Amino acid sequence: MKVFSATFRKLALSTAVMSLAFASTSVRAEDTIKVGVLHSLSGTMAISETTLKDTMLMLIDEQNKKGGLLGKKLEPVVVDPASNWPLFAEKARELLTKDKVSAIFGCWTSVSRKSVLPVIEELNGLLFYPVQYEGEESSKNVFYTGAAPNQQAIPAVDYLMNDLKVKRWVLAGTDYVYPRTTNKILEAYLKSKGVDSKDIMINYTPFGHSDWQSIVADVKKFGSAGKKTAVVSTINGDANVPFYKELGNQGIKAEDIPVVAFSVGEEELSGMDTKPLVGHLAAWNYFMSVDSTKNAAFINQWKEYIKNPKRVTNDPMEAHYIGFNMWVKAVEKAGTTDPDAVQKAIIGVEYPNLSGGTSKMLPNHHISKPVLIGEIQADGQFVTVWQTNKLVDGDAWSDFLPDSKPIVADWTAPISCGNYNTKTKKCSGQKY
Amino acid sequence: MNAYSHLRFLRNGFLACLCLCFSSSLMAEGSLAELLDAFRTGGMQDKEAGLDKSLLSKINVNNRIRTLLKKGIALQQLNVADDKTRLAAVETLGKLSDPATVKVLTDRLLVETNQGVLEAIRRLVLIDQLQNGNKDERIKAIDTLKEFNSQEVVNQLQAMTEKEGESFKENDTDIRNLASAALTEIKGRIQAYAAVETVFFGLSLGAVLVLSAIGLAITFGVMGIINMAHGELMMLGAYTVYVLQQLMPEYLGLATVLSIPVAFLVAGLTGIAIERGIIRHLYGRPLETLLATFGVSLFLQQTVRSIFSPLNRSVSSPSWMSGSWQINDFLALTWNRFYILIFSLLVFAALVQILKRTKLGLEVRAVSQNRAMARAMGIPSGQVDALTFGLGSGIAGIAGVALSQITNVGPNLGQSYIVDSFMVVVFGGVGNLYGTLLAGFSLGIANKFLEPYAGAVLAKILVLIFIILFIQKRPRGLFPQKGRAVES
Repeated sequence: MKVFSATFRKLALSTAVMSLAFASTSVRAEDTIKVGVLHSLSGTMAISETTLKDTMLMLIDEQNKKGGLLGKKLEPVVVDPASNWPLFAEKARELLTKDKVSAIFGCWTSVSRKSVLPVIEELNGLLFYPVQYEGEESSKNVFYTGAAPNQQAIPAVDYLMNDLKVKRWVLAGTDYVYPRTTNKILEAYLKSKGVDSKDIMINYTPFGHSDWQSIVADVKKFGSAGKKTAVVSTINGDANVPFYKELGNQGIKAEDIPVVAFSVGEEELSGMDTKPLVGHLAAWNYFMSVDSTKNAAFINQWKEYIKNPKRVTNDPMEAHYIGFNMWVKAVEKAGTTDPDAVQKAIIGVEYPNLSGGTSKMLPNHHISKPVLIGEIQADGQFVTVWQTNKLVDGDAWSDFLPDSKPIVADWTAPISCGNYNTKTKKCSGQKY
Repeated sequence: MNAYSHLRFLRNGFLACLCLCFSSSLMAEGSLAELLDAFRTGGMQDKEAGLDKSLLSKINVNNRIRTLLKKGIALQQLNVADDKTRLAAVETLGKLSDPATVKVLTDRLLVETNQGVLEAIRRLVLIDQLQNGNKDERIKAIDTLKEFNSQEVVNQLQAMTEKEGESFKENDTDIRNLASAALTEIKGRIQAYAAVETVFFGLSLGAVLVLSAIGLAITFGVMGIINMAHGELMMLGAYTVYVLQQLMPEYLGLATVLSIPVAFLVAGLTGIAIERGIIRHLYGRPLETLLATFGVSLFLQQTVRSIFSPLNRSVSSPSWMSGSWQINDFLALTWNRFYILIFSLLVFAALVQILKRTKLGLEVRAVSQNRAMARAMGIPSGQVDALTFGLGSGIAGIAGVALSQITNVGPNLGQSYIVDSFMVVVFGGVGNLYGTLLAGFSLGIANKFLEPYAGAVLAKILVLIFIILFIQKRPRGLFPQKGRAVES
């Protein structure tokens, strides 16, 4: 009897402990809102994406200091998809099913986003994508806080055409989906402006291309025909350093043939010898050199958080800053983190960007941003030489490609579609 | 001189507010004299008034201002005593091709004494006469100018032979025919120069391939070790340059030269450590060696990431390695490529000498040909293995120094060269240094001749396909090793 009761007591106790343990975990789970951070921390993309992971941790940290969200603390869940595109999809699934995150902030390359897309749509998650991209996409579950082509490429070309009187064009890019689509749009745009096809030279190179001698020599020849020439560069990542070095060595100065780049920002410049680059251009929606109190505060906060006074800020970081704060506002507005409610609530949400305007989430899940064109300076910073006088609305489907011209994205009723054809009045049914 | 020095000052990036007010109002009118005047007075006021610094804001120089300043400086430099500066100024003005400067240059002809500068000015005046002279002058201009290799001349002649709508831009048939004949003549020369240029590009690409493969030719070719960490040893060499440049930022050139022996030591010692620590236990087991060295390569990459951060590091080129050797308008050889070409040949020659003339070389050849026999003759094969591997690794380090001058210095540097290195060694014939040299250069040149037709992506693929087919036909590469030792 005694033995029995002792055993019983033990059993009861352990059950009680167990139930307590369960209860406490469930309480803790409800106490926090989980936010997924899906950026490569190893592999080739680690160069760019590690910074964005740190940015997210900083933003979450700051929000928690302000008292969290809906009375709960935010809890970051960081995973490493290791620059491996299929792994992005797997990790996204893990974040949504196992960790049950309320939103994911992540991806850099377009191919990683395309790989995550089916998972995020199937599980009805939310993805905030912070990098400039080629457009031609609008998913119900993705918010594109980077630039669409009309917020970067088209204004840059306009600047070259109108202000620098450029007549001949070299479109040089790395051989993958973003440069190819962007160049297709740009080619159509230039032709619509009356540029002859013999005045356009298109060139693609592999990832990490390092021997630029003959291509730069070709550019030089192409540019010496007496008409003002510019290079529009969608060259991505590591290939940029040898490219600019070769330009400098072959004596091509920014005054003769300016290069406007869409993938070279402050972070990339910090790993380059900037001497040969001075005067070349880049188009972004944010520069670290932008003179605004908000930006100064952001830079200080970043340097303090990362404990390195030399670190720079860049455009995708600003995109995360806007995206995260818009999500916070939308969750507060909806009173819940439920994806459907947040999707509805976030459209029309406004948040001040770091360049001095107020960005707005549009019905096509893109945001409005200013477009800045800057010249590279010897200290690795940009000086703004031109900027749009008001914010430009991101356009998911380019108006310069015949196929996508009639298509619009609008996630509000009554259309509620990412690719609504205004001619046939039909939603193609394709989710993105 | 006063304005000139002010302009230099401005060009360095500090434009006072005052100056900008003047320049922006003047740029619309475009009068150069006024602009210069404004700069002069602006600069003086700035100095004399002793302005409060906080009232001034830094105005950044952009391309438009830079071009204007360039022109202004060149015009001022026309009067400088130094002949070379004057010549450079004339050339700058020639490139800007502004009709207004022709007048200034014609005036200069009267006072100029230096023969070189005189010739340069005369040429510019002739180019102007191509369009604006009377018929005799124009014919004479075409006749004289067709001897020169000048892009500006080509453009002018091209314009004269082109059609505008139905009629020709140039009405005079005689001049048009002369221009078109001159153009054909110049274009023939351009093609010849282009061929020379392509060969140079090919050789320099080949030099990079040879440099990165030659260390591998020792470790893989002579010793038969598949060393996947070869690329990372190059990376160590490149980081050595970075570290040395950080240590002595004042002497970039010296740091770069010094890093050649230092990189050899760093990479060589790392190589010896890898050989003694890992590879020695795996001789005769190629698959395990491959996996183990792959592990080492990941380890080295991550170490560099932890120490130096995953971001690329910026390595500067010393001034004598920047820019190009401008032979004429149609042919320019870039200095960094030129030096790397010479450097790779030197390294190759040194290596051949080491293998042929030194005791170590003799022992290396003996061990690689017949290990058992060499041991029987009293050669400490273990020690020789370590030193050989160290030599191959050290040369990889030297290759890294060269690579730091043309590409990114980052943790992934090695990965982008490892495949190419193996390709060159296999194509050249395993165990043959001359094969590596020839393979590197021929692949480089083939790649560069294909690139204009096929594009960079396709050219690389075509070269790979060619090598695959070649290896099918001749599995031992260009120069197979002969002898009984190989057959077994």
